[in-house]
Amino acid sequence: MSEEVKKSSKTAAHSDEKKSEKYYYASQWALMGRKFRRHKLAMGSTFVLLIFYLTAIFGNFIAPQGTEQYDGKFVNCAPTPVHYFHEGKFVGPFVYAMKTERDPVTFMAHHVEDKEKVCRIKFFTEGDPGGEYKWFGLFPSNIHLFEAEEGGKIFLFGTDNMGRDLFSRVILGAQISLFIPVVGMLLTLVLGLFIGSLAGYFGGWVDTVIQRAIEVVRSFPQVPLWMALSAAIPKTMKPAQVFMLMTIILSLVSWPGLARVVRSKFISVKKEDFIMAARISGAPASKLITRHMIPSFLSYIIVDMTMSIPSLIIGETTLSFLGLGLRSPATSWGVLLQETNKLETIMFYNWKLIPMIFVFLSVLAFNFTGDGLRDAADPYK
Amino acid sequence: MDDVLLEIRNLSKVYEGKDVHVKALSDVSLTVNRGETIGIVGESGCGKTTLGRCVVRGIEATGGEVLFHTEEDGIVDFLKIKGAQLKKYRKDIQMIFQDPYTSLDPRMTVFDIISEPLRYNTNFSNREIEQAVDKIVEQVGLNKAFLRRYPHAFSGGQRQRIGIARSLILQPKLIVCDEAVSALDVSIQAQIINLLEDLQREYNLTYLFISHALSVVRHISDRVMVMYLGRMVEFGKTDDLFKQPLHPYTKALLSAVPQPDPDIAIDRIILEGEVPNPANPPSGCHFHPRCIYASDRCRREIPPLENKDGRLIACWNV
Repeated sequence: MSEEVKKSSKTAAHSDEKKSEKYYYASQWALMGRKFRRHKLAMGSTFVLLIFYLTAIFGNFIAPQGTEQYDGKFVNCAPTPVHYFHEGKFVGPFVYAMKTERDPVTFMAHHVEDKEKVCRIKFFTEGDPGGEYKWFGLFPSNIHLFEAEEGGKIFLFGTDNMGRDLFSRVILGAQISLFIPVVGMLLTLVLGLFIGSLAGYFGGWVDTVIQRAIEVVRSFPQVPLWMALSAAIPKTMKPAQVFMLMTIILSLVSWPGLARVVRSKFISVKKEDFIMAARISGAPASKLITRHMIPSFLSYIIVDMTMSIPSLIIGETTLSFLGLGLRSPATSWGVLLQETNKLETIMFYNWKLIPMIFVFLSVLAFNFTGDGLRDAADPYK
Repeated sequence: MDDVLLEIRNLSKVYEGKDVHVKALSDVSLTVNRGETIGIVGESGCGKTTLGRCVVRGIEATGGEVLFHTEEDGIVDFLKIKGAQLKKYRKDIQMIFQDPYTSLDPRMTVFDIISEPLRYNTNFSNREIEQAVDKIVEQVGLNKAFLRRYPHAFSGGQRQRIGIARSLILQPKLIVCDEAVSALDVSIQAQIINLLEDLQREYNLTYLFISHALSVVRHISDRVMVMYLGRMVEFGKTDDLFKQPLHPYTKALLSAVPQPDPDIAIDRIILEGEVPNPANPPSGCHFHPRCIYASDRCRREIPPLENKDGRLIACWNV
């Protein structure tokens, strides 16, 4: 008995030792990751974001329709319910075929299910002509994740006033709405890090000039500035070029905030003993900055950037909503929401507000992830 | 004749504010011989640390020279040299920091911290770097198995050993120990001091030992310099200075050292008032407002450093 207790305590001590050993060898990043994983809300949000981004990356495959496809017969169709049982019998996922009826009073067209015709949902099928896409822009294909059998139509989120599948448009819009902020953020990061480092490291007149420039840029009201800049985008440009210009516009407005953070971090870290120690041991300025100074506050910068993505998402959505960003048939969440700014949408076609849920969710998820990262990066917690 | 390693001449450091000048260091001159330890003592804010940092060029001095006696290039002013020459001699003057918690980059492993100076100053291959690190790590009494750990895994004493290993790896001639043991427990202090002494014997190192701990300074130093408000007030051989302090400030400072024997009567000289603001120092001798011997002359004129039997002292009343 006592032998057993001894043995178990010994293994417990051993595993404790192993644990602390791992802790000793853990870098700051590993320690941060460990704290982050304990933050449930942030982990959940990261998971949500991961799903969003993966869906966007494989968007052309997952979406049943391409951006330029439409079906004039199914305009303003409500979301199609997916069924599993037909007359009490299990048949797997299927939809009923649709027929169009008119309201005898208002003469408005309604699409209703024809409970006779069962159209099974097929997976990994060849799509309709017009749904062709290229995997990562390289390999042409027309395989889509799912589609209803001949005769049936599947619109998970309904259709818009041109008969375009909203589900497809949300996914394809995510490719713009979720990636513009990331590319814009990277551009902001490069600009902010570079300009902020100059100001913080050299100080003196360099700092003064940059500070004043930042104040000038920041004193412009953000939305009118975005509007002015994007109004300058020629209407004939291709969506890809508009995309690039929009990221540049967004990051041109958002770098000063980051440059300020970087500058103040530089000034505070410059006085640290370990920086002086590195200088005394002969580190050149470039090594001081890249090996000691930037790593010492990189975690804070990452937190700051994560927290700033939501404003970029909102920025893109705002611009497109105002009709200054992308235009149909190119799609983004802002473009989709633009099509909802009519009273009748809210009265009759409220499924068209679904893209808003995705804007909302992704902004929220980025904020929670940023929160988690901040707590994890904070050494005093 | 003594073998001179370093001459500090009229070293000054002025911090310029908007409308204040703080003279943290005014005209400190000191000759350091090869292989000796010079203790630098004084109250907080007297300029000890500034002196040390100016000598290693951790901060830039605003005036004066640090003449470094070299074998190849004769005497060079360490504060003025640039580029290749600075690179060549910077490694000869290194520093051990006061706080072992802030002076090690928390994002680097111990191996990277210790080997960093080698990467900037030598063309060693990775193997040679590893060998050099292993050797120095053994000498300072660290376990080789811990090299891949990060600083957060170590205690204060171990971290200070890491700091010492880093400053030693370039085989410097002079090491500025800025309160190198002040942040440590007394028992660890003794270990580190013994280690510093052993290393000094082995490599013929020269130390500038900055500390406010008088007993430690007395133990380790050959000569001691007393500073007050950015100036040197007394300088002499350790034994002479501790047995018979001449400057009133030194007397007051030394009377504060506790004696291990309770029967020894100590004439504590309690200093009145506070350390004056260095931005607005008193006229004449900076010490006069707190000095019991102060005369009119002390209030008017700054006493020069004078040589009295091999002792340097700045006081009108000695």
